[in-house]
Amino acid sequence: MPDLFAAAATPADLTAARMQMAVSLGWHIIIACFGVGMPALTVFVEWRGLRTGDDAYVRLAHRWAKAMGVLFAVGAVSGTILSFEMGLLWPALMAAYGQVLGLPFALEGIAFFIEAIFLGIYLYTWDRLPRGLHVLSGLPVCVAGVASAFFVVSVNAWMNHPRGFDLVNGRVTHVRPWQALFNAGMPLQTLHMILAAFMVAGFTVASVYAAGMLRGRRERYHRLGFLVPFIVAAVVTPFQIFVGDNLARFLATQQPPKLAAIEGVGHTRSHVPLSIGGLYVDGRMRYAIRIPDGLSLLVGYRPSTVVRGLDAVPPGARPPVNPVHLSFDAMVAIGFGLLVLSAWFALAWRSRRDLPRSRWFLRFATLSGVASIVALEAGWVTTEVGRQPWVVWQHQRTAEAVNPAPGLWVGLITVLAVYVVLTVATAYVLNRLRTQSVGAPQEGWPEVYTP
Amino acid sequence: MTAAQWLLVVGWTGLTLYALLGGADFGGGFWDALAGDTRRGMAQRRLIDQSIGPVWEANHVWLIFVLVLFWTCFPLVFASVASTMYVPLTLVALGIIARGSAFAFRKASTELWQLRLFGGAFALSSVLTPFFLGTVAGGVASGRVRPGLARGDLLYSWWNPTSVLGGLLAVGTTAYLAAVYLTADARRTGKTELAEDFRHRGIIIAVVTGIIALGGIVVLRADAPRLYAGLTGRAFPLVVLSGLGGLASLALLARRAYVIARVTAALAVAAVVWGWAVAQYPVLLYPDLTVSGAAAEPSVLRATLASVIGGMILLVPSLLWLFALFQSREATK
Ligand code: HDD
Ligand code: HEM
Ligand code: HEM
Repeated sequence: MPDLFAAAATPADLTAARMQMAVSLGWHIIIACFGVGMPALTVFVEWRGLRTGDDAYVRLAHRWAKAMGVLFAVGAVSGTILSFEMGLLWPALMAAYGQVLGLPFALEGIAFFIEAIFLGIYLYTWDRLPRGLHVLSGLPVCVAGVASAFFVVSVNAWMNHPRGFDLVNGRVTHVRPWQALFNAGMPLQTLHMILAAFMVAGFTVASVYAAGMLRGRRERYHRLGFLVPFIVAAVVTPFQIFVGDNLARFLATQQPPKLAAIEGVGHTRSHVPLSIGGLYVDGRMRYAIRIPDGLSLLVGYRPSTVVRGLDAVPPGARPPVNPVHLSFDAMVAIGFGLLVLSAWFALAWRSRRDLPRSRWFLRFATLSGVASIVALEAGWVTTEVGRQPWVVWQHQRTAEAVNPAPGLWVGLITVLAVYVVLTVATAYVLNRLRTQSVGAPQEGWPEVYTP
Repeated sequence: MTAAQWLLVVGWTGLTLYALLGGADFGGGFWDALAGDTRRGMAQRRLIDQSIGPVWEANHVWLIFVLVLFWTCFPLVFASVASTMYVPLTLVALGIIARGSAFAFRKASTELWQLRLFGGAFALSSVLTPFFLGTVAGGVASGRVRPGLARGDLLYSWWNPTSVLGGLLAVGTTAYLAAVYLTADARRTGKTELAEDFRHRGIIIAVVTGIIALGGIVVLRADAPRLYAGLTGRAFPLVVLSGLGGLASLALLARRAYVIARVTAALAVAAVVWGWAVAQYPVLLYPDLTVSGAAAEPSVLRATLASVIGGMILLVPSLLWLFALFQSREATK
């Protein structure tokens, strides 16, 4: 058996590999949220259109399906890059642990198949299948999107809470793949991610129509385009906060260094305050707003609860504090902000079955899409940077997982350039779709355009 | 047969299907590139677009399926190939990004300059991506990827005679498959003239690819003796089968029997893919990493096999429905 413990050719190569992974993941995850959430929104409005005969629903369904055609293509290719990168950038991770984390990926592959097959059917048979059957053909897409998020995040949860194998003389043996899939972190993390996906998809689609309504387009089409996704996202928000809170408590026992980094707790002790904002300098939180005993209360419901600090692990095994702490705060702040927005809407709806009158509501709603995406990214930075320096927590360091080939930074620069172009092109095309007239989805240019 | 052998068969079947289905989608891009100026190329591009639009994502998943299967069941093989073939695989990844997104963007565009820009990106990447995939195959087949992390040469493991041969053959076969498939699609939708166009092109590319393959014999003999020995030994029947399939599909194209020509063309390509496997079996990576030596633990193999079988129960009917829907399109559309 060849030696599988790698080291990067140079430190710059390791940094490059990490950045490349972070950028491609951070990019894919945004699109993936639409892959998880949008099919359900689209199938729902199509079904409403079918039931009520309301033309506004049908037009929304067409428009969203058209956007899904673009988003799914971009999601599929950006996801493929990730599969490549698992091997290109982290071959030692795959060589040592590929068999442990492989099963969920294999299951994910099956989910992708279902998704791609039925997406092809759904997008291209709009006027060929009977309408009821067409709605049904969209359902597997919805299920498969959620399933693929579940499987892939269970891999990430495994990287945080590795299970299902034994180490004998540094070699992985006695692999129990189902146990690895059903690791301790899986339930909460997958749930949190799937809810996040519905929030991102819902708030972002709603924000497009909120912007339209601000510009005075208030007809039924725009109202429904706002209401359906906004209500979905607003309903999900409180549950998301509840799950997030449990996730943090779970970290207190299962991954204490991450929680310590999240809250900037240097020393193990009781009566730990909750720190909001601030910077961690020389082993202390400075300039933070403190809620006395706050963290101890949140973790154990008692001020005397002991919270383990960063000093519980050796200096070489501590994650960087500031990025983790600040991104966590950003996520929580946005979560509560969106909760307030949702509550505002709920109150207005209860009293008069209408949106809040204030233009400020629409202004904030316009921002809600971007805000939820920022929360999503911040959450991932919390999780991933908070796991450092480990790639497989307490088993394999990131530095040991990297490809030893030289010149990884060239790949980083190339990939960055490609992603810039891809981002610009995607934004441009989606923006055009917003205004362009839409027939049945994917009957695209060949019919429209004649030279 | 052991679970590892079964999974190798499953993985190789996946690879074959990727070559036959995903490959033809790449070939569509090849012909898109050669379709001529905007006005003249319009009809061809429209046909290509309609043929691959509904199915390309599903066809593309075969690649992911194969990757995932290999990293789960033969992790060391996956890690060795990926780390050594860092350069061409990065280029493949970029090609996949460009192709998939440009195809979707073009569908959503209406203006001429957009159609040209995205169409150009789609066409160019459709040619480069299979080329680089072919170079990877050539590097592995000629024994230039050693077990271990980044053990092979970063450049010459994929830039060598066998790899270049692999790349050219990949481009040739994808174009050939696409031309043959498109003839039948064109005729079914009532576009006889287009069918004639693709028939001519199919014949030309079949001859060109055949010549490359014949020349390849010399290359392999000098550059990849072990592979050559396998191909002329144990795998010889498959090599012959591939040649016969190629000749048969040429004859069938000439006689306008497009639907059967599809079958023989696919057979010709599949026989090459399997010929490589048979020639090299049981070695996965030279010099001595074999199927049993590279396989993951039995518990993993069993779980994966069970999942794949379970998945197939869902997938096979779905795939059949997909293809049935789009292969029975009425001529009126
Ligand atoms: C719309 C997005 C969104 C919103 C509003 C929130 N989160 Fe979150 N959070 C995520 C999106 C997210 C995420 C991006 O989806 C993460 C990254 C990994 C994961 O599973 O979920 C995440 C991770 C994550 C983690 C780290 C989990 C780990 O590493 O195991 C914690 C502790 C929280 N969240 C807690 C919260 C709390 C207390 C919130 C209350 C306001 C909250 N999140 C709102
Ligand atoms: C669910 C699937 C995911 C898997 C399997 C995964 C896997 C990985 C791997 C292998 C690395 C490199 C090793 C390391 O630096 O620790 C990494 C790093 C990273 N990932 Fe994730 N990741 C996932 C999701 C995400 C998402 C969605 C984001 C979004 C922002 C993200 C952000 C990052 C960041 C910022 C790093 C760099 C951390 C650092 O080096 O400090 N990850 N991830
Ligand atoms: C939290 C993280 C992730 C989530 C929620 C997620 C979810 C999804 C979803 C829903 C899709 C369907 C396509 C789309 O919606 O646009 C998709 C595509 C894909 N993802 Fe991810 N993904 C994540 C991370 C990853 C990682 C880490 C990898 C690989 C290592 C990956 C590999 C892929 C691949 C290969 C595809 C393309 C499948 C196809 O061709 O249809 N994803 N992902």
